[in-house]
Amino acid sequence: MNQFVTLLANGVSLGCIDALIALGFVVVFKATRVVNFAHGSLVLLGAYVIGRVHENLGFAGAVLLSVAVTAVVAALVGAVLLRRVRLAEPGTLAVVTLGVDIVLATDLTRRIGTDLLTTGDPWGAKVVTIGTVHIPQTRVAAAVVAVVLVVAFLSVLRFTDWGVALRAAAERQETASLMGIRPGRVAAAAWMLAGGLAATAGLFFTAFPSPGISGSVGQAALGVAVPAAVLGGLDSTTGALVGGLAVGLTATFVAGYQDQLSFLGRGFGGVAPYLVMLLVLLVRPAGLFGGKETTRV
Amino acid sequence: MSRPVRLALGAVAVLLALAAPLSLTSFWLQTGLFVMASAVGAIGLTLLVGVTGQLSLGQAFFVAVGAYGYAFLASDRAGAGERVVYGAGWPPPLAAAGAVLLAGLAGVLFSPIASRLRGIYLGLASLGLVFLGQHILTNASSVTGGFNGRDAAPFRLFGFSFTATNPDVVVLGVPYGALERLWYLGLALLALSWWYARNLVRGRPGRAMAGIRDSEVAAAVMGVDVRRYKAGAFTVSSAYAGLAGVLFAVAYGRIVPDSFGLLMSIDLLAIVIIGGLGSVAGAVAGAVLVTALPLVLSHYSGALPFLAQPGEDGIGAAEAARMLYGAAIVAVLLFAPGGLAQLVRRTPSTKEQDHAQTSTGAGDSALPDPGRV
Repeated sequence: MNQFVTLLANGVSLGCIDALIALGFVVVFKATRVVNFAHGSLVLLGAYVIGRVHENLGFAGAVLLSVAVTAVVAALVGAVLLRRVRLAEPGTLAVVTLGVDIVLATDLTRRIGTDLLTTGDPWGAKVVTIGTVHIPQTRVAAAVVAVVLVVAFLSVLRFTDWGVALRAAAERQETASLMGIRPGRVAAAAWMLAGGLAATAGLFFTAFPSPGISGSVGQAALGVAVPAAVLGGLDSTTGALVGGLAVGLTATFVAGYQDQLSFLGRGFGGVAPYLVMLLVLLVRPAGLFGGKETTRV
Repeated sequence: MSRPVRLALGAVAVLLALAAPLSLTSFWLQTGLFVMASAVGAIGLTLLVGVTGQLSLGQAFFVAVGAYGYAFLASDRAGAGERVVYGAGWPPPLAAAGAVLLAGLAGVLFSPIASRLRGIYLGLASLGLVFLGQHILTNASSVTGGFNGRDAAPFRLFGFSFTATNPDVVVLGVPYGALERLWYLGLALLALSWWYARNLVRGRPGRAMAGIRDSEVAAAVMGVDVRRYKAGAFTVSSAYAGLAGVLFAVAYGRIVPDSFGLLMSIDLLAIVIIGGLGSVAGAVAGAVLVTALPLVLSHYSGALPFLAQPGEDGIGAAEAARMLYGAAIVAVLLFAPGGLAQLVRRTPSTKEQDHAQTSTGAGDSALPDPGRV
């Protein structure tokens, strides 16, 4: 029972980080219908910037710079793609982001090389103990930050003009344009937001107890974003949150009960989210909260 | 290009390919074999992505099924106790056919998902297959040899062995070793794949598949069983991947799980996009570019001044190759969405022009609508 509660707490906190990653992925899809395969590299970029500059700028400065840099890079990627958005189909643009991902990930991996980069966060390896449950402090911070960001994001989406514009553009692009919404601006803002979320997620994704900042972070982050976003429904922010939590919980519980699940092989925690995703897709082809596909003739 | 020019160029290319083992070093032969294996896998993928319009990132999984299927069926049992690796010990041609069927079967098993999802959802779902595959390959060590992989039995056909000896073959003074012999095996399989794919695309199933790509509703109205054809396209594409896997297995001699990861899936997708979606010839050209570029750049990195040597700061050969082809994907899709095939086809004959006017402009978009969700 004690192990169960510990795993639950850790799973939820990991799920918060996963939800942040998935949210950035989904925001871009919602606004532009582009699946952003470069999202993992954006997470890596965010973590890399923090790892490089935190000694000079201090932790807070490093995080701010990282969020800014990642948001600008994301907007640049979006702008390069968006210039062609009327010429190309969204599926083509998804593959373009795959190319961007390769370039970005290769260059960052080369820059990291054999350096040992840490996030330099003030929580370090400290652990909070509540009763008999142990949680790393970084995970608590991650959960708090994630909740704050998600609440802020959802209220922006609900109450601000930009939020209305985004939802309108996601609903029906042409009609939104006719109503005076500029899809280019909405999309650029969505890309920047996704970049900022990716940088924040990158911080917690690489902080203790994770192994640190390395070239494989990008692929790992994409490996979280895809099952989370798909099982939640690609165009649903609620889906991204639920999907992120589901992925975090699945990975934590499978890893925690590894001994009882040893017949499934070592390291099953990493692939279990994909199995859950495939099972969900069998029942609901558009994910749990995804909009149903309508066919007009 | 006019038809006679194209035929002549094709004939020259075939002759050069047939004569190549006479003068090429083992490095180039090895590179060529990998190109051929990738090309076979890419032809399958272009049938799925380019012709039917179903995005797949799971091709590496089916390549792995083919490679390990061949290794298991063709090899004898090796090792003992904890480290035993089982094998069926079938004759290699039978094992190769079995491996292709196995990969096709894996595609059939995935078809409940493949036939219901479309576009980007299918691409992302099939991504899951690659990760599941990696997990199985490293854990089912009594069949796959685990993380360190397993040996694949060399290919034999009617007593002719594709190894250095038995029988000894010398052509025009050049001794034909394993690589030279496998070169012809690769060429034969590639030609077979090409021929089958072209017939498929030009025949009734090809039209049905293209119909599904352009509009599922319209295809269904015309009497195309959309689900069946989507599942069928996925199966055929998987079987192609299996054949590519067999080629990889005999060319490497030893296969490890790492070779069949996400990178291979992305490489294959890059090949069909750079080559031009839906074009069989483009898939082969793309395979030459994407597969050979990293190998050639690392081979000649010493002679290229802008590349850093291992241990130095700066951009190394492997990184340069990866970045170059990442950039190539972006550039091709943004500036020539039809890929290499489109560049060759710049001056269509009158017949093709008529066709272009009556078609719905499918050539303008590289990929179909990824499923309006």
